[in-house]
Amino acid sequence: MESFDGQALSWELRDGAVELALHRAPCNEIGSLSLDELEKFVQALDDLQDDAHTLIIYSELKAGFCAGADLRELYRRSQELERNEAAQCVRDYLERIHRALNAIDASPLTTIAAVHGVTFGGGFELALVCDLIIADKMARFCFPELRLGLIPGFGGIPRLKRDLGNAIVRDLLLTGRSFNATRLQQVGLVSQVVGEGESLRVARATAAQLGKFDRSTAIAAKKFIKPIPYEELQREIDLFCELFSQPAVEAGLRKFVESEDALPYLP
Amino acid sequence: MAIHKQTLDEVLDLASAHFKVPREKLTPDDDFFKTLGIDSLQALDLLTRLENHFRIELPDYELQGVSDFRTLADRIQARL
Repeated sequence: MESFDGQALSWELRDGAVELALHRAPCNEIGSLSLDELEKFVQALDDLQDDAHTLIIYSELKAGFCAGADLRELYRRSQELERNEAAQCVRDYLERIHRALNAIDASPLTTIAAVHGVTFGGGFELALVCDLIIADKMARFCFPELRLGLIPGFGGIPRLKRDLGNAIVRDLLLTGRSFNATRLQQVGLVSQVVGEGESLRVARATAAQLGKFDRSTAIAAKKFIKPIPYEELQREIDLFCELFSQPAVEAGLRKFVESEDALPYLP
Repeated sequence: MAIHKQTLDEVLDLASAHFKVPREKLTPDDDFFKTLGIDSLQALDLLTRLENHFRIELPDYELQGVSDFRTLADRIQARL
């Protein structure tokens, strides 16, 4: 399927780059609908990669790239189910999202996250899957999960550890504070910081450069420099599920769901 | 003290320009959430603009409970 126009995301092939656009308001929260469409995209990627060299993931929404998991849906579902069923439901959801993100991480395409605005939690984890992060200077990154009594669950911890040093990994995870793009470029996570509204344009220019190289060499280089920490990723799922059954999580999620604040997980 | 006044002026100028509120309507002790009519998402935007402008890092937990321009400028000053 060369193009798709869904409710949460769309994709098309353009000048050798597959462009995956996120557009589920308010800020691309990843719930069951987004996950269904993301799985559809991963299936289509097998065919798309025959005609492409690059994958660009970006958001069409002003608020930002992605605010992470749809916590309202997660809370609602956990309330509807018995405790054991809810735990299994969360595990199934995480296993599915990990399969999708691992497939993008391992894709033979060179992958670029073109981010702006809110890039939080699962949205940050989606960016971490990509080979390059090109960030608008107004992009803001954060792992707020500890405020809810949880850890990041979409593969964020193993991928942060893969890409960065201890000081920044622990700061991101343990303080839950947000970081700007310049700081994350200084520590080696963001490849390029660009002007406001320029991240997609720069990602396309970068894709044009990537298209000049021999594909099999680019694939071999990526495989060599970017191992996927499968074992740790699985351990992250186990730990998330263990924590999810703690009473603090329900209280944290309830507080989040009942808040009318635009960003209830900030201090 | 003069340096602090400069910091405060720059904070007020930046807030006025970005949120399109006349500069003369902003005073140091204003609650910026109310005066600028912003929510936490826009406050995050303001924080990023201030960090970029002053070339500093301002952890959001240091701004917990801060809602007036003067205290905000104090926090920035402490990082300069």
